[in-house]
Amino acid sequence: MVLPTTVIILAVIIVPVLWNLILAFQSTDFTTIASNGIFNPLTFENFAGVLTDAGFWGSLGTTVVYSITSTIGSIAVGLIAGLAFRKPFRGRGIARSLMLLPYVAPVVAVAFVWQIMLNPQFGIVNSLGTGILGWAHPIDFLGKAPFALMTVIAFEIWRYFPFAFLFITAALLGLPKDVEEAALVDGVTPLQNFRYVVFPQLLPVIALLSVLRLIMTFNKFDDIFLLTGGGAGTEVSAVRVYDQLLGSFDIGGAAANAFVLSAILAISLFVYVRFFASKGDED
Amino acid sequence: MSRIVIEKRTFSVLRWVVIALLVVVTVFPFYYMLELSFVPIEKLLLHPDRLWVPLQDLTTQTYIKVLKSEDNGGQGFGHFMLNSAMVAIATAFLTLAVAIPGAYAVARLKFFARRQISALFLAVYLFPVIIIAIPLFVGFSAIGLRESLVGLVIVYIAQTIPVSIHMLRSYLRTIPVSIEEAAMMDGASRTRILTKITIPLAMPTIVSTGLYVFMIAWNEFLFALLFLTANRDLWTVSLGLSQLSNGIEVSKTILMAGSVLLTVPIIVLYAFAERALTEGLTSGADKG
Repeated sequence: MVLPTTVIILAVIIVPVLWNLILAFQSTDFTTIASNGIFNPLTFENFAGVLTDAGFWGSLGTTVVYSITSTIGSIAVGLIAGLAFRKPFRGRGIARSLMLLPYVAPVVAVAFVWQIMLNPQFGIVNSLGTGILGWAHPIDFLGKAPFALMTVIAFEIWRYFPFAFLFITAALLGLPKDVEEAALVDGVTPLQNFRYVVFPQLLPVIALLSVLRLIMTFNKFDDIFLLTGGGAGTEVSAVRVYDQLLGSFDIGGAAANAFVLSAILAISLFVYVRFFASKGDED
Repeated sequence: MSRIVIEKRTFSVLRWVVIALLVVVTVFPFYYMLELSFVPIEKLLLHPDRLWVPLQDLTTQTYIKVLKSEDNGGQGFGHFMLNSAMVAIATAFLTLAVAIPGAYAVARLKFFARRQISALFLAVYLFPVIIIAIPLFVGFSAIGLRESLVGLVIVYIAQTIPVSIHMLRSYLRTIPVSIEEAAMMDGASRTRILTKITIPLAMPTIVSTGLYVFMIAWNEFLFALLFLTANRDLWTVSLGLSQLSNGIEVSKTILMAGSVLLTVPIIVLYAFAERALTEGLTSGADKG
């Protein structure tokens, strides 16, 4: 019964991943692949090229900054939202559904709206900023160096805090009531209650979210490509691989770059699970 | 006043500030999208800071222009929507057809290494999509599948199977085995049990999983970009919007109407399936 599943995953995920590995060791372009298939001579050229290229290390640095800050940001906002929505109030159900809109809406549509909102000529943010907040000039949020990276991070937090909110809300619902009640009887303040009672119980779900979000943002392509096209200091690795593939048709280079990326990700995850996750279990 | 009272009062105010702020921040871009989609571009350039548009400035021309086919002076979004709908519906049905037996097997049957299979599904997410995109681009080009909606559907099925199995499995586990055992005692075969008992019982979850897969396929961008950019007749709504928004030929408010058309089906589906979706996705989250 798992046969169809296995076949499709094998054909469209596993085989391509292995093929990518082979491509990474070949100096190929579209014509040599058309004539020789997968039997091109093997070489280490691509890896040497990737590892000695300053552009690769630059994009890796951007990716690390981007994925870590947006992961922390989206979990922090999701946690704050989860706590604020914890006690029932009129309209909580609707407010909660609205909160998930950024996460479910099509990325192309919301990225386009952000582009227009932040447009220096006719965007609402700049016209309110210069009109009411008294900015001297409109800010080119998506086209200028420090702003562009900050904006794509803000976009990522906006789009994915609902995901953290969802998980944290579910975890909050599952907390046993008696512990907190006992603490309240003992006279803890709300802050102490959060710090010593609620937060420790949320740690497992926060750890899970960190791993999931780090993997997702480390490989992120759409959001950045749509907002900035990878310009103005926002060239993350996935965008760079895309440019190598379709900008310069360097298949081998793109494959090697992509492979190095997933190796880095796999190693960091392995280290994380080995040294941090297992410790958490023992506690 | 004691620390407890001060903190309690602060937080009871702060809580409302946070809630209000969050609602504004999440909803405003959607409101802005809707607002601009009914405004002619000249009015936007004239009053870029308007949060509210007077009725006489509103127009539906933007929608007419974006929907009409290119031959009739429009942008052809009607056609793009048809493409997206076909791809998303085909993906939803085919994914379910593959994932239901898969999820059932993972939830029920004691076959080899169930844990490893689950780990394998998780590992699928570990690989950057771009890493499978390169060989798929090359391979699909070679066998002539690249510039077609069929090729796109195949990729989407593979991408949505893991999450579908996850959602279905956690529900199937809650159906008591004793029901199936009783049927087996009466001589029903495994297939018969699946089609007559398990699937009808799991129908609500199956529907919401299907809707979720539909949403993923409707929203997808990278593979549409890689496979279909050269052939405008095959563009999906996402691809069409992103391609046209890069240029300067089409006015931004017309494209805003396009992005409303891209977003509305998703919000409608989400309204129907919200509860099941949120529960399905987070099941097991509290266990870490």
